[in-house]
Amino acid sequence: MVEFALPANSKVQPGKSHKAPAGAKKVKTFKIYRYDPDTGANPRWDLFEIDLDDCGPMVLDALLKIKNEIDSTLTLRRSCREGICGSCAMNIDGANTLACLKPIEDIKGQAVISPLPHMPVVKDLVPDLSVPYAQLASIKPWMQTQSPQPPDREVLQSPEERAKLDGLWECILCFCCQTSCPSYWWNGERYLGPAVLLQAARWIHDTRDEFTGERLDAVEDAFRLYRCHTIMNCTNTCPKGLNPAKAIGSIKEMLAERSE
Amino acid sequence: MSLRTVLGRVRGLGSAKSGTREGAMQRLTAMALVPLCLWLIASVVSHVGASYETMHAWLASAHTSALMLCLLFALVLHVQLGLKMVVDDYVHGGCMHAVSLLAIKLGTVLVGVFTAVAVLRAAFVGV
Repeated sequence: MVEFALPANSKVQPGKSHKAPAGAKKVKTFKIYRYDPDTGANPRWDLFEIDLDDCGPMVLDALLKIKNEIDSTLTLRRSCREGICGSCAMNIDGANTLACLKPIEDIKGQAVISPLPHMPVVKDLVPDLSVPYAQLASIKPWMQTQSPQPPDREVLQSPEERAKLDGLWECILCFCCQTSCPSYWWNGERYLGPAVLLQAARWIHDTRDEFTGERLDAVEDAFRLYRCHTIMNCTNTCPKGLNPAKAIGSIKEMLAERSE
Repeated sequence: MSLRTVLGRVRGLGSAKSGTREGAMQRLTAMALVPLCLWLIASVVSHVGASYETMHAWLASAHTSALMLCLLFALVLHVQLGLKMVVDDYVHGGCMHAVSLLAIKLGTVLVGVFTAVAVLRAAFVGV
């Protein structure tokens, strides 16, 4: 059965508290999930008080300030700091988003930050994403053709055909949507999840691809696709403003069309 | 403990290549149930305070029993598909999952047959 409560060794306990420097005027408290697998201790909530007058505007700026100046053991993924790499996806103020795109001033009161939900935690804010990565590989996210490639040019596509990929190609694979989906929480290994299904849709709708039928076959499954109950958490949370629920709907429409 | 790769695990037994028909049927029965349920509620409300004989005559009339059988069929099918969704979502593990699905199928078919027989009895056997 589904487990609704956390196992005993995952229950989060109160942790350390770090006060703001004396004379700080604009103080904001960050409540951050900490877990160190090496200690064997339960995860904890650490409190960090930051002077916002001496900090960049985004949540990632605050996290890096904490790592650089207060606690260098704070572990997180980050790279581009401009919403393109998808590394700094985490749960901020109750919603999955990118720390680099989330302004601190949008958070009222304490800023609560935890890793992407319902994934095994490697350390602190770093989740283990090997299952979603394997699911992505399983849908073969590359072009498949039987016709030989033209030797002197690329495979052509009309502007109208290319427009079908808008809203799909922009996904940066941060997995904010994937880990916001309750269906994915309950059936993470069998349901492909919104991010992976959006990628599946990206190749199903690509007119240059010649394996549309096989791609539809691969997702037509009570668990792989039909665990989507249009809950829409994915669309609400996508930091790039994409609509995975609509992409999944388009796959279901094509399957319905095929079965008629 | 398994040493199987993650990709091997998520590819699992492969796609069942089914589920589209069930999804369509769930929506179709949902759409059918809207007018049928409204009809049933309106009919029952309009008969508030009626005698047993009046209700029996209402149920035994040709169009009432026909609509009632349609309603029962759509309802039983919809309940069966809906409960399967719940079990697929929340009940994991082979044995418990299979037993739950079997219980749902048997239970809903039993309810369907019993209620259909009741309607047919009212229509053809009399008070």
